[in-house]
Amino acid sequence: MTLLKTVQLGYGADCKALLRNITFEVERAEVFALIGPTGAGKTTLLRLLNLLDTPTSGKIYFNGQDTTKSTQLRLHIRRRMAMVFQKPVVFNSSVYENIAYPLKVRGCGRKEIQTRVEEMLEITDLKGYEKRRARTLSGGEAQRVALARAMIARPELLLLDEPTANLDPVSVSKIEEVLANTIREQKTTVIMATHDMPQGQRLADMIGVLMNGEILQIGSPSEIFCSPSNKEVAEFVGVENILSGIISEKDGALVTIDIDGATIEAISEFAVGDKICVIIRPEDITFTLAKETSSARNVFYGEIARMTTVGQLVRIEADCGFPLLGVVTKRSAEELNLNLGKNIYASFKATAVHVIK
Amino acid sequence: MSELWEAFLQAIQLIVNLDREVVEIALRSLAISATAVIMASLVCIPVGGLIHFRNFQGKRVLINIIQTFYSVPTVCVGLFVFIFISRAGPLGGLGLLFTPTAVVIGQMVLITPILLGLTISALSGIDKAIKDSALSLGATEFQAIWTIIKEARFAVVAAFIMGFGRAISEVGAAMILGGNIRGYTRVLTTAISLETQKGELILALALGIILISLALVINVIVNFALQRY
Repeated sequence: MTLLKTVQLGYGADCKALLRNITFEVERAEVFALIGPTGAGKTTLLRLLNLLDTPTSGKIYFNGQDTTKSTQLRLHIRRRMAMVFQKPVVFNSSVYENIAYPLKVRGCGRKEIQTRVEEMLEITDLKGYEKRRARTLSGGEAQRVALARAMIARPELLLLDEPTANLDPVSVSKIEEVLANTIREQKTTVIMATHDMPQGQRLADMIGVLMNGEILQIGSPSEIFCSPSNKEVAEFVGVENILSGIISEKDGALVTIDIDGATIEAISEFAVGDKICVIIRPEDITFTLAKETSSARNVFYGEIARMTTVGQLVRIEADCGFPLLGVVTKRSAEELNLNLGKNIYASFKATAVHVIK
Repeated sequence: MSELWEAFLQAIQLIVNLDREVVEIALRSLAISATAVIMASLVCIPVGGLIHFRNFQGKRVLINIIQTFYSVPTVCVGLFVFIFISRAGPLGGLGLLFTPTAVVIGQMVLITPILLGLTISALSGIDKAIKDSALSLGATEFQAIWTIIKEARFAVVAAFIMGFGRAISEVGAAMILGGNIRGYTRVLTTAISLETQKGELILALALGIILISLALVINVIVNFALQRY
């Protein structure tokens, strides 16, 4: 069931619009990550969704209701969600008072507030902090207070604006753990903005890529990562081996792509003459010392330009007239005696090549 | 210099001996000014909040005008209120002139700009993210404004103390509107003025010391209460 839906959302004056044509849906109990570089409009979009600002054009539907109808309705809907801001914002009072705030403004009784606050202190691992002044906490602790405060009223929709930006790794994992538990146990719908692709992959069911005020692609994390819709998305999500070229021949679905003089064979729907980009995942590249007969349609001769060891893997950058990055295990690198300047063959199948505009 | 010392001793004597008239004058001063500050605050803090949070045309100009009136002469305020509440004035029928109420009204008018202006600047000092957080967590607009006023409480209370200081130390409005009637509208400042004219410099100085001490004590108490909160 759809919890939130936006239609053609726009914000800002036409010439320098901060957001354009934002249309997407978020299902109940789904974790939706908005991924994009800094300044893409993620915060602006979250503020619109939280009904803090009013869109210049377009509509937001919450649970099927048009949110622009009346101030009363906006307050009512806003009370069914909560937002955690990028910079931890705490009120200048005790941790207890901070976490109790949403229940106080809703007019809950003292008893209820006390049990719920204690419950939240437990969940966010803040037990013993209740009397502390919130302003004296560290960034990570303050952000956990903000998270506890956002979740205490059991919102149906939780909006998180880069909740772990500027925090140390321990605080990040702590906050992610709290989030993951809440999402699992309370079936809360979450929309989170992040510029951290791995975080998006860890937590999200769906990812929307937001760049320059527009959503370029919406899909599952693996869809976004394995088949980005264009070069910008591919670069942002950290895809390697992005090469620009032109389709020079086409035989059914098999196309020949001209890349700086070299040719790559791939499967694609694009027509001859189209300017395209190809993506080859480093894991799909095989290195051999001699040219071997195999089903791989693409074989290139080159030399190793760079080698970096990452844990048990070795990243090899080969210069084949164009740069090609591959990943092999440490053991095969040793067995093949790969080192800088060594000549090798790099091969990959036509079906491993992903062609995008 | 010896007069000052003598005045100091006499002030202590007056306080220690709880001189009936001095105590009465001091308490009246306190009551009138405190009433004026509390009543003005009840109006100024919410109105200041609204001016801060609402965006409207002429907001900047309005704030400038408010700030200009920080230093309005007390006699002018006295005169202005006098015109309103004197027999021939629009509110003449209420018979307020030369009553403590008239002094309260005069002092309220006098400190309204200070309370308004300082409330607005106190609120401006609070991060906008606080308001967003409050709204995001389900506060109504008024609850959000109240939250921010609470966040700005130190600065708001400073405004309150400034207002009180100006009210209790002014003489123009109290003289014109109260008339310095013994046992009825005589306050510390008007008493000082009278005693000075009578040549009772020591007594006048003693009353002055009491006035300053009163302001000091209030300041300390309020700040102490604030630290605890």
